[in-house]
Amino acid sequence: MSASNQDAIREYLLENQQQESIARLNYAFELQRREFFKLLGCGMLVGLCASAAWTQESGAARPREGEALPKTISAWLHLAEDGGVTVYTGKVEIGQNIRTSLAQQVAEELRVPFASIQMVMGDTALTPFDMGTFGSRSTPTMGPQLRGAAAAAREALIARAAEQWQVDRATLVAENGKIADPRSMRSISYGELTKGQQLVKMIASDVPLESPQAWKIAGTAVAKVDGRAFVTGRHQYTSDMTRPGMLDGKVLRPSAFKAALASFDGAAASQMAGVTVVHDGNFIGVTAPDQQTATLALQAIHAQWSAPPQSSDATLFDDLRKPLSSQGVSPENPWSGMHYTAGSLEQGLSASDKTLNQTYTVAYIAHTPLEPRAALAEWEDGKLNVWTGTQRPFAVRDELAQTFHIPAADVRVMVPDTGSAYGGKHTGDAAVEAARLAKAAGKPVKLIWTREEELTWAYFRPAGVIDVKSGVRKDGTILAWQFDNYNSGPAAIRTPYNIANQQIAYHESDSPLRQGSYRGLAATANHFAREVHMDELAHAVNMDPLEFRLKNLADPRLQAAFEAAARKFGWGKQKSSATRGFGIAGGVEKGGYVAICAEVEIDSTHHSLRITRVVAAFECGAIVNPNGLRNQVSGSVMQALGGALFEAVHFDNGKILNPHLAQYRVPRFTDMPQIEVELLDRKDLPPAGAGETPIVGLAPAVSNAIFAATGTRLRSMPLIPDGLPIA
Amino acid sequence: MPFTLLVNGVEHKVTAPPDEKLLYVLRDELGLTGAKYGCGEGQCGACTVLLDGQPVRSCRTPAGLTAGKKITTIEGLERDGRLHPVQEEFLQAEAFQCGYCTPGMILSAVALLRQNPKPSDEQIIQRLSGNICRCGTYPRIVEAVRQAASRQKA
Repeated sequence: MSASNQDAIREYLLENQQQESIARLNYAFELQRREFFKLLGCGMLVGLCASAAWTQESGAARPREGEALPKTISAWLHLAEDGGVTVYTGKVEIGQNIRTSLAQQVAEELRVPFASIQMVMGDTALTPFDMGTFGSRSTPTMGPQLRGAAAAAREALIARAAEQWQVDRATLVAENGKIADPRSMRSISYGELTKGQQLVKMIASDVPLESPQAWKIAGTAVAKVDGRAFVTGRHQYTSDMTRPGMLDGKVLRPSAFKAALASFDGAAASQMAGVTVVHDGNFIGVTAPDQQTATLALQAIHAQWSAPPQSSDATLFDDLRKPLSSQGVSPENPWSGMHYTAGSLEQGLSASDKTLNQTYTVAYIAHTPLEPRAALAEWEDGKLNVWTGTQRPFAVRDELAQTFHIPAADVRVMVPDTGSAYGGKHTGDAAVEAARLAKAAGKPVKLIWTREEELTWAYFRPAGVIDVKSGVRKDGTILAWQFDNYNSGPAAIRTPYNIANQQIAYHESDSPLRQGSYRGLAATANHFAREVHMDELAHAVNMDPLEFRLKNLADPRLQAAFEAAARKFGWGKQKSSATRGFGIAGGVEKGGYVAICAEVEIDSTHHSLRITRVVAAFECGAIVNPNGLRNQVSGSVMQALGGALFEAVHFDNGKILNPHLAQYRVPRFTDMPQIEVELLDRKDLPPAGAGETPIVGLAPAVSNAIFAATGTRLRSMPLIPDGLPIA
Repeated sequence: MPFTLLVNGVEHKVTAPPDEKLLYVLRDELGLTGAKYGCGEGQCGACTVLLDGQPVRSCRTPAGLTAGKKITTIEGLERDGRLHPVQEEFLQAEAFQCGYCTPGMILSAVALLRQNPKPSDEQIIQRLSGNICRCGTYPRIVEAVRQAASRQKA
């Protein structure tokens, strides 16, 4: 198994572990070939068998010799007689532009016009099983899988044409949806080659792929698919959908986390016209013909809850250092009690001229996707159809099947292109609630979480405490590095710097709040602690922070990112002053290399600051779509600004204290720095994901810039929730 | 008491109570789902529509109060299959990612350009700062509005 696949598996297990439980996976692929063709008509259907590594990892059996339809299909591709190409993938579109960039890669390998591709995404009845859209895996894994299927289809079509014309296939070329024979000047379209037939090809994934150097459609700035639907408001998000007879649903939330229902009286609400009250265990919800009636019905319910006393954010960072209450270290979790050591920390520290010992913290933050979680559920003869904005349609399908004790084959989850997620939409909360209500009402039910529900009952990016102890020689060589992360997670916990003596550990904690995935997840916290600490070490030995990093760096790709950012920014050309500071930070995660230079303007009279300029250099191998990538990198910087400066979830005794947008501040136009994105296109390297890693560098760069201007070292994210500290 | 709303030039009889918020009447009764629910608190701008050309937060506006006024939603900007210049520039600049904020952004920008055909960047930023794009596409949105403004002059 390749190293990158192992990383992917660990990433997956980690992401799962940071949910409430490890979801049970179901890899049965229910759709029979015949049914599929009923749907598709004639043409050629190409299925790509999952690679051996992924098959093993998913726990499914390898496809047996001679088996008509393997159980693990990683990609379907259908070529219709009219030349249309339909691609089936379990990935979902949440604003990261994967619908476009995957279609580009298929068009490239299949040699068809981009416009002939249609992507069917995130539909558990139509698309092959997929673990989910997270971990920046769509580009490095789904990309090659679809490219493989497309390349195999192309080769099969060439073979058919060669057979039909009785010529050597090596003399034929595939281009623009046709097979051409340059010598006889004849050509035949893909559709004509498959006319009136139902051809099925099952192939292995080792078809050679076109090198990015030769790309003509992939690698270019193809405009976002369906862009017009977004600017006209025609795109239907889950929350926009309707079904005949549909009702609106709402859920009565408990008074606090971990609360149990003590008493309940729904009589008044039940008597309202068209209202159904559902009470099942701790779950209370209503359905009504419209949202206003549903809201009124909810208000008419009398419920009392009893909740245990719970902690507050005032003691959060002490609480996170406490050992896990349940001593059981989960065996499924490969990071559990994770340690990484090299050399001897003690010897490294004693050989150092200077040693540092500092603590960094990060707060819980909320994803705040602008489209709150929403679901539309419909029961039909005991089968369940659910439309919902989730990053894990198959996991939600299984969650629904388990909840309602029905076979997974009786549940269909469909994911319309969703109003963002940022790692926040892994679970099926809204789907389960809508399905429960729909079951009771006997009609389709749509449920849209309120912003307050979203900021309370969704999960949060983990808070964390990180201790760093280090030692450095006068010449700037780092000799010792001890790094302990409590709770925020192990993503990017290893240092990319060359340090002989290291001791790195991730420690699990009892999180007082429900926590889970987030764009970049722990990589943000780990980069914050590491890259601020690097700055502190650089100052300790009076070295320029960039020079200090480059001196200790062996990875040429990260070096290149730092150098590109520094060049564009003009690093070192201006000295920081009391009113203007410059900071630098960077790192590597999920195959992406990022370096950030930030400029801050200090207003010491008002204890405020503005981030005025940010240069982001980013390298993720061969670029599939530079336009989409720029949007992701620039957007990551903008989103990172919130967590860096002011975003924090406050809580006390089982309640969120700031569950409204007026209290939970997210970045706005007025916070916008000048953002310059410098993309490094490495056509010699396979493409890596890019949705997450550009978010990790901003906070440390800004903290370092603030120090450069003010001499105040800020070691907690958010850096300035209440303005700049008074020096 | 049914009342009538004039939306995108078409009169609609509405059965919802007049204190129902305009957002829900547009979305649930008239099927105009371009205006989005984002917070219900007037903080995010996803629900922005135009009332006699002025941007309002439809999630906070009682529908009954809008009777007799011209309501414009994102669905009403396109004319005979031709996009409004602001829509075109959003498309051109690809000034969106997930697209959920886009209708509200575009309507806020349309209102701004009607009132101030040549806004400075600072004016664009100030006037749009009530609209949130969580994907952080702000620089491209400013660029799109700037481009739409330069087209207006021409």
